[in-house]
Amino acid sequence: METLVDNLIASGAFGAHPNYAVVAGVVEFVGGAVVFLVVAMPFAGIVSWLERRVWARIQSRVGPNRVGPQGFLQWLADGLKNICKEDLIPAEADAPLFKLAPYLVMLAFILPWSVMPFSSSLILADLNVGVLFFTAITALTVVGVLMAGWASNDKWSLIGGIRSAAQIVSYEIPAGLSIFPVVLMTGTLSMQGIIRAQGWAPQRWFLFANPFTFVAANILFISALAEGNRTPFDLPEAESELVAGFATEYSGMRYLFFFMAEWGNLFLIGALITTMFLGGWQCPHVSDNVVVMNLLELLIFNAKVLTVVFVSMWIRGTLPRVRIDQLMTVCWKYFVPLAFVNMIATALWVAIWPHGNPVTGYLMFAIGLIVLAMFVRRVAHYVRRSRMELYFHPTI
Amino acid sequence: MGALGSYLQNIKDTVTTIFEGMAVTASHFVRRPYTVQYPDRTPVRVQDTLPFRYRGILEVDLEICTGCLACERACPIDCIVIACEKDPKTRTMVISQFDIDIAKCMYCGLCSEPCPTGSIHHTTEFEGADYSLESLIRRFVKEPVLAYKPKKGPETDPRIAPILNRGMRYINEFAQPGGEKPVEEENEA
Repeated sequence: METLVDNLIASGAFGAHPNYAVVAGVVEFVGGAVVFLVVAMPFAGIVSWLERRVWARIQSRVGPNRVGPQGFLQWLADGLKNICKEDLIPAEADAPLFKLAPYLVMLAFILPWSVMPFSSSLILADLNVGVLFFTAITALTVVGVLMAGWASNDKWSLIGGIRSAAQIVSYEIPAGLSIFPVVLMTGTLSMQGIIRAQGWAPQRWFLFANPFTFVAANILFISALAEGNRTPFDLPEAESELVAGFATEYSGMRYLFFFMAEWGNLFLIGALITTMFLGGWQCPHVSDNVVVMNLLELLIFNAKVLTVVFVSMWIRGTLPRVRIDQLMTVCWKYFVPLAFVNMIATALWVAIWPHGNPVTGYLMFAIGLIVLAMFVRRVAHYVRRSRMELYFHPTI
Repeated sequence: MGALGSYLQNIKDTVTTIFEGMAVTASHFVRRPYTVQYPDRTPVRVQDTLPFRYRGILEVDLEICTGCLACERACPIDCIVIACEKDPKTRTMVISQFDIDIAKCMYCGLCSEPCPTGSIHHTTEFEGADYSLESLIRRFVKEPVLAYKPKKGPETDPRIAPILNRGMRYINEFAQPGGEKPVEEENEA
């Protein structure tokens, strides 16, 4: 952001002798508002539509395709409908806390956007503790969720809230420990610093840096899914058991806030994985024009994020919900020990090859391609076995 | 297999089963969805895909109605009302009223079984929604019409012959259900 401010002042957009603090403040404010209004909120809505379409295709259905082209404006219709609904507060509920909870959840969803590295200069605040800030703020969700569960004064809400709290607090640990190998290798917690330590080519991504970071990436992804209350870890809002979990008593826009945060969290999950392991906005140097490069980087970053988002939707369409004891088993008996092993092994790796081992990058990438090829073969096998009419268009 | 062995086996099982599961769901992305987007986005009208003897809303071909009242007597809930009179001058049977209350009809098909010409029959039409019960009463007789008199030989009138053929086919299918495959243009009611 500082480079952007410098460029703006140099180009004379704010007159001859501007006050640097004022210009920076204006740019930050406008930038923040734009990111929030133009990116964060619509993204949460569009994800809700995309998710429904993706599940539908997995279940051989069509999904919402009536509002706008291919149902693209479904999220606007849903939003309008929810705004028009009555904002109901139960008589026995703790009204102030009940009203406050959705905003806290929303806050935990909005604040991480300030350290979102969209491109080499499009970042609101490149904090030197960016990753820490990111994980700490997203964990704030637990306060809002627990507050909602408690203030609703309802068994379902309370159980949902407690489950969510247990889940988020537990999975914070493997998530944090999986970020650690990357921090060990880069020596920085800044989002931009971590991305700059990687390259645009896949063999220079941290995903393929060594076998342990590959495992760490997977643990981080699954833990992030659990923290975002996503299937297969959506126990806090298990419809068949808890109605809607902590959101049972909510209606109208407050109800929507919870779900907006949940869908928007998908972008945050994707952005975290992309930044840590998938090379972030790194893009080959094709132009000396700063604007063109930034746009390309923005495009690449968003494409990677959307890929991760798509995979998480795909997982949601595939896996059944786990039981609460299985949830805890996966976390404490498998992820935490594995994350510790990763951490120590990466520390040794860095001690042996302080600047990374380029051969491993190529090797890991090759293994990744082989696994992908095997996967495609399995998919082809199932497609053949189903003897179904094929339909390759994403739209219908 | 020791504790460590089963621990590693669990991890392997998890990874491989999720791998297979994801492959199954991925194969669905390239399959055509089953959904029939009724009513406005179907390749052909759903009514046209239904079998010939589908029991939809009742219809009467007055051209071949003999006015025998067999359907009225057969109806278990009296939703058919027919008025037949003999014209005193010409001494012919005239049908002056033929009403079917679709709101009462239970689509049992008992009326179309005794019909000698297949005049009263079910169509494949099933969209009967309307704003009032009265508008669901189908009044087939606009002005009194002559009742049909079956000929000795085959029907000679080129206007009535196809209607009668259709009606007889409808009746014959009582005797041999599914014996004759429906023809496309005759399906349209």
